[in-house]
Order: sequence, then structure tokens, then C-alpha cells
Amino acid sequence: MKILTEHINVPGIETIDVFRKHGGYSAVEKALKKMTPDEVTEEVKKSGLRGRGGAGFPVGMKWSFLAKPEGVPRYLVCNADESEPGTFKDHYLMWKSPHTLIEGMIVSSYALGANTSYIYVRGELMYVVNILEKAIQECYDKGLLGKNILGSGYDLDLFVQPGGGAYICGEETALLESLEGKRGNPRNKPPFPAVKGLWQSPTVVNNVESIAATSWIVNNGGEEYAKIGIGRSTGTKLISASGHLRKPGVYEIPLGITVEDFIYADEWCGGIREGHKLKAVVAGGSSVPILPAELILKTANGENRLMTYESLSDGGFATGTMLGSGGFVVMDETTCIVHNTLTFGQFYHHESCGQCSPCREGTGWMDKVLHRIEHGKGREEDIDLLVDVAKKIEGNTICPLGDAAAWPVAAAIRHFRDEFEWHIRHPEKATQKGAVFMREGASWTK
Amino acid sequence: MKVTIDNITIEVEPGTTIMQAARQIGPEVAPPAMCYYEPLKASGGKCRGCLVKVTAGSEKDPRPMPKLVPSCITQVQEGMIVENTINEQVLETRKGIVEFLLLNHPLDCPICDQAGECHLQDFSFEHGVSKTRTVEERNTFEQVDLGDHIQLHMNRCILCYRCVYTADQITDGRVHGVMHRGDHAEISTYIEKAIDNDFSGNIIDVCPVGALTDKTYRFKNRVWFTKPVEAHCDCDKCSGNVTLWYRGEEVIRVTGRKNEWGEVKEFICNTCRFDRKKTSDWTIEGPSKVSRASVISANKYGANTIKPAFPIKQAAEQYKKIDDNRDRSFLAPQKQLN
Ligand SMILES: Cc1cc2nc3c(=O)[nH]c(=O)nc-3n(C[C@H](O)[C@H](O)[C@H](O)COP(=O)(O)O)c2cc1C
Ligand code: SF4
Ligand code: SF4
Ligand code: FES
Repeated sequence: MKILTEHINVPGIETIDVFRKHGGYSAVEKALKKMTPDEVTEEVKKSGLRGRGGAGFPVGMKWSFLAKPEGVPRYLVCNADESEPGTFKDHYLMWKSPHTLIEGMIVSSYALGANTSYIYVRGELMYVVNILEKAIQECYDKGLLGKNILGSGYDLDLFVQPGGGAYICGEETALLESLEGKRGNPRNKPPFPAVKGLWQSPTVVNNVESIAATSWIVNNGGEEYAKIGIGRSTGTKLISASGHLRKPGVYEIPLGITVEDFIYADEWCGGIREGHKLKAVVAGGSSVPILPAELILKTANGENRLMTYESLSDGGFATGTMLGSGGFVVMDETTCIVHNTLTFGQFYHHESCGQCSPCREGTGWMDKVLHRIEHGKGREEDIDLLVDVAKKIEGNTICPLGDAAAWPVAAAIRHFRDEFEWHIRHPEKATQKGAVFMREGASWTK
Repeated sequence: MKVTIDNITIEVEPGTTIMQAARQIGPEVAPPAMCYYEPLKASGGKCRGCLVKVTAGSEKDPRPMPKLVPSCITQVQEGMIVENTINEQVLETRKGIVEFLLLNHPLDCPICDQAGECHLQDFSFEHGVSKTRTVEERNTFEQVDLGDHIQLHMNRCILCYRCVYTADQITDGRVHGVMHRGDHAEISTYIEKAIDNDFSGNIIDVCPVGALTDKTYRFKNRVWFTKPVEAHCDCDKCSGNVTLWYRGEEVIRVTGRKNEWGEVKEFICNTCRFDRKKTSDWTIEGPSKVSRASVISANKYGANTIKPAFPIKQAAEQYKKIDDNRDRSFLAPQKQLN
């Protein structure tokens, strides 16, 4: 079942004519001519679609929280900042099929009563900005954007704004600050964007994939969408699969397939690269806890782990993780977890905006300690120190970047403590090129 | 609105923050504020030193709030119950915040002009632990002059953003701000521009640490040897209400007057601050009220409010650590006495 990527490999799908030949913009026709904005929102609610940017908050519910005071403009902002290590699905979708996003933007803006909407694109992706702008121009030329769209009386202007290349500008309030032309510092909440967002006006911020999915929901109905998936994980999800896989890439999966299938089935990633074994997976982008092979395939109760929000988080952080943004990073036995944790640690250290002290200082501290351990200068007490620093950051910051920096470190130590100890106790071995600790009896140890 | 903080209930206006309500009760329950500064709009929420536990959100919805909340920007609700000094999690977290703020802070208090009136010193004294757990090298920055009168020691900055808001809100045209991100972020002027306007000196007063210092006062004295006196003058730029800091007969520094929370009551102009350094420039009102906890009061009251247990314990711990077999070869050879 493909919803977003069905026609993604059709030659010329990035042009409006080919896109329309394959059913493109039928959702705009339907929504603007036959439905009220509230009816569109109602379908999205019924679909059970959850935010694809990381937190998984129900999209329809977020829309219904939007404040609607008289005489104040409302905005829809599409979060296309995609900078989470391991996540590259929005990039792929916008690059291959820009109209899929634009159609969703028109339908969603209509539902929210927004007459100006923005797509905030990660600064490094200038060529995607150009692709989107070209596609938007095509829409203006065909009367799908601008004044009185398709004669419906609804006006919409759509702008693309490239960011400056900061991960933190993916956090929705930092994004709004940046969009306003300011330094991308996250705002203190409340007030939430639904009440005071862009230029102090009610604003909805949604991920590219969330918005793109709304056209299909308008065309086929929320109930149809909800039939795909399991429980509260409805619909399809783009997964960015990377690492030691036979076939890494972006896959659109129906939520609910097993993790095992996703990794090993030929339809999806086709297994671990030749001659190697699965060691660990970061299932939802660098921010979510890493899990060792046995816990990513089965939950602590021995059930098959599924690609759903609920199943991946089964067991809490003790034995579970999160679906997050769907950045699925697979590591085989050649991967050193300490090295990997350091890489993530460096990233968060580099990307913290520096506004609040726990994140600003804590990310730098963890990076320095991890760096020492990785380079053979670790002390026995460093492991507990890292756990404690992570704990002091978590929950105490302005925005979730602090948590996102703390979780991977805490989880790596939780599940791979022996590897950290080995680094500290055997620095001469651990610092040799390509050296990796082999846990005795582990499924990945040869 | 009724709100209870550390078991003390008080009636406050709607829109009051937890911090303001706590301050109304008194310093015993007021959370420490390293970034919040009441006279500056939008300040607060950054240092996280003021995090408190809300054990009941309101009368209508008495559920506890899941995370600690920054008291300086969280408004009270009818029937809210807050724990500050009586909550273990709050105190433990605050220890962590002190540790974070000191992580890259140089230990140069002995040569820092702010020592004795530094909020970070107070904060770590009251809420920190004596031991340090870090062995990492501290981040360092170059020391720079921001115009003629102000020096920036970025090493000491805790990125509270007060000076940024001050420049935004009381001067025309801010030319400095925060550059870069994370612990490599720094206060900087726009392409090395000098800060030059009549009210720029106020950023020195709002700075909680010794990151922004008055070059006309630099290394002149320690604050505890000086005597603050309230004075005013007829100024065409500002209210002219200031504090003069005397050493003997000499005015060595002029600052704005501060309230008991260390916040400037009225911002003053640069002429008053930097140029009027003679007693004859001023009408003297009398000595400033000095808080008993201030270092200026140390040894001046019979009963000192500073509890000596902590420093004594700390000194004992440090003393024990001195190793008698340590390498002394770096010491100059002792002269033989005949
Ligand atoms: C540090 C940080 C970075 C984020 N980056 C992104 C991003 O690149 N793209 C995105 O859609 N959401 C990102 N988010 C989540 C957004 O804040 C927001 O929750 C999301 O855009 C909402 O859209 P959704 O409900 O459709 O998922 C980030 C959050 C944080 C804390
Ligand atoms: S948690 Fe980190 S990134 Fe978020 S506001 Fe605080 S310092 Fe900035
Ligand atoms: S220089 Fe001082 S006032 Fe400005 S941000 Fe740093 S600590 Fe705060
Ligand atoms: S004083 Fe409240 S966060 Fe700094």
C-alpha cells in the first residue's frame, strides 16, 4: 500500500502535468469545491494520522486546537528542516515529487483557514528549494495558488523559506523565530504556536510527511486511511533506512509490519550486509534510545516488535525506544557503540542553541567525556558521570533537544555498558583502528 | 488568586508568576534567578536555576505538573501548590544547574571585579556542592573591549541574555548579541562594532557575573572595602538617581540603584556612570541599605547571617587533600639561615 510514493518513480512526476495525469490535485478540487474546512479537519481526525516529525501527536487534534480569533490571520507552516541524523525521507519526497507536498499544503491550509503558508526548508537543501519554487510557480500559473483558487473563493499564497542550516530550527518554535528573521532560539512554552505562533498569530506547524498525507485522506476518506495500520498507528510511514543493510533507502511501509520483516524481507531492506550480523538499531532518528538486536526484534515479553508507535515504545526506555521520525539506523557487529555514541554526542554539542544551561553545558560535557573514553583516557567513574549528566539535562530544558541529547547516551550505557567498561579498562586495545568489543554469547558475536 | 509556596499561602493578582509570588512571601522561599530580571521584558526561562515543583496545578485541575517548571515565567493559577526549598528533586536539580553554570566558568574570582556582588558566587554558595566532578578543560574566549568603557570577559558569561534585552529595550539600536550556538556561543558586537550610546553602561549593571565590567572601575578595589551611598543629580538624560561607591573620600564607581533582588530600579545614563566621579557632582542622600547577607556586611553585625559550617567544612576537605610528599622542586631553594 503506497500513499505518498505510489508515483514517485514516474518520469516527469515533478511537473504539474504529469502529476495531474496521475490523479494529482484531485484533493484540492474535492476539498475546495465540495467540503467545508471543518469537514476536511474532521476527515483528518478520523484518519488517526499522527505527526511524522517525531512526537507523533495526532494531526487532526492539533488542528482543532488552533485558536481562531476574529480578524487575526492564521498560518500553516510546513517543517521541512529535516536535520535529524538518520532521517532523510522528507528530502526524498520533496526532491522527487514536490507537488505531493504542495497539494497537501493547499488542502491543509484550506482546512485551517490560512491564507498564507510557508515551507521552511533545511538550509543545506538549496536545490530542493529550487524544485519547490518551480512547482509552486506552476501552481500559480494553473490557478491552484493565489487568489480565488479554482473559482472557489479561497485565496492562498505559498512561500518557501530556506533555513540557515541549524538542526535546532527544526524545533517548531525555533523555526518560527527563524522564519520571522531572528536567531533560531526555541521559545518558552506556553504560549504554544496554536495560540501565538508566527508573528504572534495562531499557527500550525506540521512535518512534510504529515501534510503530504492529507490529500489522500481527503480523496479517500479518513476511515479508509485508518484501515491501514494497527490500533493508534494508522496509515503508512516513510522510513529512512540506513547503515549496514543490503538495501538501504527510503521505504513507505504500512505501519504494523514486524521489525524483523522490515530488516530482513526482500520487499524491504533485504537483511544485513553479506557476512555480517545485526548488533543494534536506532529506530527513530539519532534522538531515540538505541536497542540491541534482541530487544529491537522482540519486546521484553518476547512478542514480535512491530513498526508502530506503540510497539516500538513497549517497555518504556528500560527495554523500548520510539518510532520518532522514522530514521532507522542499523548497525552490525563491526560497529563500536562508544564511537557511535560519541558521534551523536558531538552532533548535539554542535547543535544545541545554548540558551538554557543544562543543554548548553551538558551536551559539551558529555561530548568531552565521551571523547576521552573513545580515545583511551576514560576513568571508571566517567560512566556513572555520563548517566548523571544525562539525567540532569533530561526534562529540565526549554526544548526537547536537551532530552534528545541525553537519551542516546543514557540508552547506550544502559544496553552496552560492557563496551564502555572495556574502553576504559583496555585503552590500548580499544584505541586500535577498527577495534570493537565482542560481548561473549551475544547473538552478533562471531 | 491563592497560591501556596512551601506551605505558605498568599493572595496575589492574576498574571503573577510563581517567582513574583514567592518574592512577595520573602527571600526564604524565593527561587534563585540567574537570568530573570523583572525590569526586562521577555527575560527569564533560560538558566533553569529557578525550577520548582508544582504539586497541584490549580484548584480545578489539581494534578501535579510532570516536569519541574521555571518559576520566573510560569503564571500562578488559583489554588496552585508549589514546592521550592522543601522539595528534594528541586534541590538536587539546582545542584546540577550550579554545576553546569560553573563547568566552563573560570575560577578567577580573586581577580574579578564582580567578586562579592556576583550572583553566580551566591548561587553556587547556596545551592552548589563543594566538589567538582569535571576534569575537562574549560572553554576559553578572548577578552574584548566593547567600546571605551565596557570590557567583556566572555569566559565568565553565563548567557543569561540580560544585556541583550537591555540593549533592545532601553537603548536605540542594539549592536551586540549572541553569536554561534551551544557552549561555543558568545556575546559579540556586530562585526566588532563598539557599543556606543548614552545608556550602554547599563549592561554592566544587569550582568549577573563579571562578564561585563566597568573599565573606569577596573581593579580599583574589592567591593567589600567600598561604601555604597545613595545620591542624585540633576541630569537631562536620566533620573540621576544612582549609587556612589566610595573608597575613603573617593568615588570609585557609579551604578544604578538596585532592589533587594539585585535588579536595577532605574537605568542611568553613561554620563552619570562614567563621568561624574566627584562628590561635588552629587547631592548625597545617605548610605545605601546593605543586605545582611552581602559581603559588605560581613563582620559588621554581631550575628553574621552567613552560616560558617559550609566554608569550614570545605576548607577542612581541601586542607586534607594537600599531600605532604608533593613535588616541591618548583619552589625557590630555601636560603640557609645562619
Ligand atoms: C531539536 C528538534 C528538531 C526537530 N526537527 C524537526 C524536523 O526537522 N522536522 C520536523 O518535522 N519536526 C522536527 N521537530 C519536531 C517539531 O518540533 C514539531 O514537533 C513537528 O514539526 C510537528 O509536526 P508533526 O506534528 O507533523 O510531526 C524537531 C524537534 C526538536 C526538538
Ligand atoms: S534545550 Fe538546548 S537547544 Fe533547546 S532551548 Fe535549551 S539550549 Fe537551546
Ligand atoms: S555578558 Fe553578562 S548579561 Fe550578557 S549574557 Fe553574559 S552573563 Fe548575561
Ligand atoms: S531565573 Fe528562571 S530560568 Fe533563569
